Amino acid sequence: MNAPVKTQRFSRRALLKGGALTVGFALTGLHKAASAQGAAAVPRVLDNKEVDAFLAVNGDGTVTVFCGKVDLGQGLRIAIPQIAAEELGIGIDKIKFVEGDTALTPNQGRTSGSNGIQRGGMQIRQAAATARKALIDLAAKRLNVAPDDLIANGGEVRPKAGGAGIRFTSLIGDRRFDLKLDPKAPLKDPASYTIVGKPLRRPDVASKCIGTATFVHDFRLPNMQHARVIRPPAIGATLISVDENSIKKFPGVKVVRIKDFLAVVGEDEWTTERAARTLRAQWSDWSGLPAQDRLADTMRADSGSTEQSLVTKGTLVAPQPRNAKKLAASYFWPMQSHGSIGPSCAVADVRADAATIWTASQGMHDNQVTYARFLGLPKDKVRLIYLEGSGCFGMNGHEDAAADAAILSRAVGRPVRVQWSRADEHGWDPKGPPQLLGITGVVGADGQILDWRTDMWIAQTTKGLLNIPLLGPQAAGLDNIVGLNTGLISQNGDPPYAADHIKVVVHWLKEAPLRPAPLRSPGKPANCFAVESFIDELAAAAGIDPIEFRLRSLKNPRGIELIKRVATMMKWQTRPSPGADTNAAVARGRGMSYVHYKHSETFVAMGMEVAVERASGKIKVERVVCAHDCGQIINPDGVRAQVEGSILQTLSRVLLEEVKFDRSRVLSVDWSSYPIMRFSDVPKLDIDLVDRPTEPPLGAGEAACAAVGAALANAVYDAAGVRLRTVPFTPERVKAELNSKAS
Amino acid sequence: MPKYRLRINGSVRTVDSSDADKPLLYVLRGLGLTATKFGCGLGQCGACTVLVDGSAVQSCQTTVANARGKAITTLEGLGSAAKPHPIQTAFIDEQVPQCGYCTSGMIMSAAALLSQKRKPSEGDIRAALDVNLCRCGSHVRAVRAVMAVSGQRG
Repeated sequence: MNAPVKTQRFSRRALLKGGALTVGFALTGLHKAASAQGAAAVPRVLDNKEVDAFLAVNGDGTVTVFCGKVDLGQGLRIAIPQIAAEELGIGIDKIKFVEGDTALTPNQGRTSGSNGIQRGGMQIRQAAATARKALIDLAAKRLNVAPDDLIANGGEVRPKAGGAGIRFTSLIGDRRFDLKLDPKAPLKDPASYTIVGKPLRRPDVASKCIGTATFVHDFRLPNMQHARVIRPPAIGATLISVDENSIKKFPGVKVVRIKDFLAVVGEDEWTTERAARTLRAQWSDWSGLPAQDRLADTMRADSGSTEQSLVTKGTLVAPQPRNAKKLAASYFWPMQSHGSIGPSCAVADVRADAATIWTASQGMHDNQVTYARFLGLPKDKVRLIYLEGSGCFGMNGHEDAAADAAILSRAVGRPVRVQWSRADEHGWDPKGPPQLLGITGVVGADGQILDWRTDMWIAQTTKGLLNIPLLGPQAAGLDNIVGLNTGLISQNGDPPYAADHIKVVVHWLKEAPLRPAPLRSPGKPANCFAVESFIDELAAAAGIDPIEFRLRSLKNPRGIELIKRVATMMKWQTRPSPGADTNAAVARGRGMSYVHYKHSETFVAMGMEVAVERASGKIKVERVVCAHDCGQIINPDGVRAQVEGSILQTLSRVLLEEVKFDRSRVLSVDWSSYPIMRFSDVPKLDIDLVDRPTEPPLGAGEAACAAVGAALANAVYDAAGVRLRTVPFTPERVKAELNSKAS
Repeated sequence: MPKYRLRINGSVRTVDSSDADKPLLYVLRGLGLTATKFGCGLGQCGACTVLVDGSAVQSCQTTVANARGKAITTLEGLGSAAKPHPIQTAFIDEQVPQCGYCTSGMIMSAAALLSQKRKPSEGDIRAALDVNLCRCGSHVRAVRAVMAVSGQRG
């Protein structure tokens, strides 16, 4: 392995030059070509239908890849260059990578939904294929030979039969292709790949281990001030009064108040932090949250919900056989936090006619629209530049912190850096919404699923919403978005198995208890937890081994292969669940689940081995086995890291995580009241990646999350004979189930 | 303004602070040593872990006054790109970080462990890193890196 790709970093001075707002300004660290382009003030092509938006062949023989999606630690910074280098026919060490800058990179949509490679990467592959064809055509003219006799390789086009070639840079260096992306440009045969499929190192890893990486938290501008925003003690409280004298003793710190938006801004970060803690303010009372202990009932009984039929498949065969068994169960997934280790942070420099915002958000171009709106600026006068943050896994507080910084920079007329507190990150990050599912099913004695109905009660997503309502603009009375965005949380509500009749109905709730936002693998961990748990319940009712049960009605060969691989890795003993010794002091068992993500993307089969400690109710996950098929693998080590992360993060969510709240506020505002998994509870992971080079590449950052809940619940059932249907599986909850089973 | 003499990464630095309780974390970051991260300010997450006289300490819970005269090592002081510390090399070789926000703290905890125990067991490693929270799920690789650097390639 080597670390060839250079990530370009722009100096602050360069970014500020010309107010940091001109599109084509000089960029330190950029190769001469782009600098020259900048000096000539030639705007970059940003139209994502144009090859030039994605690729530039530079005079020095390098190629710059401009990527609208961003690397959040998931490895796009190597995977995308691998795709581009491979398709173009140039060494990976010649690729330079520019990501997430609304002035430099095309809009490729939000970095979300595990689509960085499968959408973003494929756009860039097509751009590279179009470029390669153009380079070959140019060389063919110059060499006076047929294009078919030429090959692009090693940064040059040369005759297949041998002989001198022409460097890419001589063909088009420092000039534009002026070409539309050609959807028909021929793609390389995967059998000829030499770069795609290799576990090349991620180029940011070394700097993160040495301490030279610049996170948004570390970014500083000249003349910049530090700010802290003071959120109200109750979610909907309004600001009655502020005692500015209360922070008189902190030199240089000033209060900024815009309606209900309250902040302190100062020169020194620690002094500003102390002032924020000291500032006295009076807020109104507010207690509009629902009662947490009745949340599931409240959701089910909501009379304002809208019903929508999502899936209707097959026909109910009547009458059903006499030995068929009918089951019904409800499953609940609580509200959860993104739980970023670093609190949200951003830096903004807002001038009278333009703004630049440095942010770790997943949605650069989407935010451009949102921020322009509340700043009252034209969209193209608001530039967003991505800097790495603490892993957000959806929309944590990054978008809000950037809005806070923009509002404050405008108010004080200087660049402002906002960093949230731990309590604000836990309390105010938009939450993964709660999900309630009810499933009824009928199973025949032979394991045939005769009928299936899923009802889900979930918060709706407002159509066409680019973003979510932001806290700062809301409090300051600025133009703000209205609506809910939960991500695509209604997918995978139906089983991936054959059944006589399947129906899925969603009851869209108009409200969510707290502001919702997509959280990694939106909705699917809950839906697959319910569906794959219920499959296990049907299997148990029919007295059939859980794997055998699934294989009887699974048709997809890729899915079947994964389940068989898991069975082999686990040395699975074919028998129905639960096991024989469910009353042991430490009951051991195994369970599995299978997911075809969004019914159209990545395939995952997952098995778990657990020990359930009867006295304490504690579940110890001893081993997780995962077989994973995301089609063509671009970088196997990157995929492996994503699958490891998906499993461990979701285990944490299933075992430990629930946002606690009273009628006014979030109560779980630190790591002791909202614990996440620590090293001592991390299980052994065995991951089997199936590479299918001739299939399209699919996302690897979310699918495995969806399989975790049910694999664990099914293993606990196998071990101890109790069925866990409410997340998180806390020791108290497990103990209660064990006790009620015993009595 | 009161002055504090600190030994940071082998050099003596004099820091002004009107607040004796200013957390060491803010002192370090103010000096441009930004590898040490703010995570919670509560001593719960380990993102701000540094070495103080060789022990892993959460710098958000240590005041500038308490750090006076002590030897403080941050990730930047452990090694450099040209000459990385073996634990840094191991973390790179195992490609441990994803977002990387918690990595600095993890490496410092591991460095403290290895200075006390040359061949820690897997249990020792998990116990030493238990203070370090990671949201991305880089745990398995971190343990493997510490095993590898102590000559225990699994």
